[in-house]
Amino acid sequence: MSDISLQKVSETYVDVLRELGNIGAGNAMTALSQMLGCKVDMRVPQIQLLEFKDVGAVMGGEEQIMAGVYLGVEGDITGSMMFLMEQGSARHLLSKLMMGMMPGEGAFTEMELSAMMEVGNIITGAYLNSLSAMTNLKIFPTPPELAVDMAGAILSVPAIEFGIMGDNILLIQSQFFDEVEIDGFFILIPDLDSYGKILGSLGMSID
Amino acid sequence: MSEIIKVGMADLKTCVSPDGLTTLGLGSCIGIAIRDPITKIGGLAHIMLPDSTAIRNAGQNIAKFADTGIAELVRQMEKRGAVRARMTAKIAGGATMFSFQGKSDLVQVGQRNAEASIKKLKELNIPIIAQDTGKNYGRTVIFYPETGDYVIRAVGRAESVI
Repeated sequence: MSDISLQKVSETYVDVLRELGNIGAGNAMTALSQMLGCKVDMRVPQIQLLEFKDVGAVMGGEEQIMAGVYLGVEGDITGSMMFLMEQGSARHLLSKLMMGMMPGEGAFTEMELSAMMEVGNIITGAYLNSLSAMTNLKIFPTPPELAVDMAGAILSVPAIEFGIMGDNILLIQSQFFDEVEIDGFFILIPDLDSYGKILGSLGMSID
Repeated sequence: MSEIIKVGMADLKTCVSPDGLTTLGLGSCIGIAIRDPITKIGGLAHIMLPDSTAIRNAGQNIAKFADTGIAELVRQMEKRGAVRARMTAKIAGGATMFSFQGKSDLVQVGQRNAEASIKKLKELNIPIIAQDTGKNYGRTVIFYPETGDYVIRAVGRAESVI
């Protein structure tokens, strides 16, 4: 493992990472738009390097209930990826997807959970495909898993992975909307070697 | 007026009764609450990883690890006048949020966090008098050094006090 820190990676290459995030999120939104059969717009994603204690605030508080899809990444790069969405946004997406056949409140049903997993699968798959196309690296997702719980609890999983590398977490926030705004968060967690590979494939080196 | 002081992820704080301490949305992390029942000084650490010695280039934040975080929490409590010999601990968290949780070395990080916390507390001779760890859901905890009550909240579950 090379002696590079995440801090250094992100300070130097924040624009590159933002652009990768931007294109990845853009592709994810296109996929979402096709799935829903309607137009989905997005804002330019924000990329943020945060201290762990500040992560919850970005998502509207650690206790905000969110749906998180989490999957491993294998191939030329290794790591994991997460897509998170606030519970209300998830419901909205599901009701669109299921043509309004949705009970409003309460816990998610099996069918809703399975639909949400599929949404997450398609969104993260599109994101990783674009990353793969840009970098010419082979990137394979592992089957995703879903959790609906407090933001802090779900985020502890990627945070712990970032914790192994340093004191910060790198977050890409993408806001997208059809009739209502939906806040989605992408967290890509390549290990440090993979950061080097991603940047290297784009003709940059870290040292 | 008493205050509930918030402890973030990879963070630790101390307080004196009637104030309390809280940390929100513990997932695979552990919330370690320590109390001196005489001075009513309390401390809460929100650790993310088990072992600071297992990781190179791990950064500067010692509150992130069970071993260094607990040691620092006890040190800060002693600085405020708490006595180690009287301290007791309660721990919560350490859930497995996703059943595979990514790479293999991260499997059961919640459980490893709990084990590391128990080991460190034992090393410091601080008895653990209550514990709510494991399972697959997030927990919010509130700690009151006045009574030693450690309140645990989770989504869709009844509030409990340990």
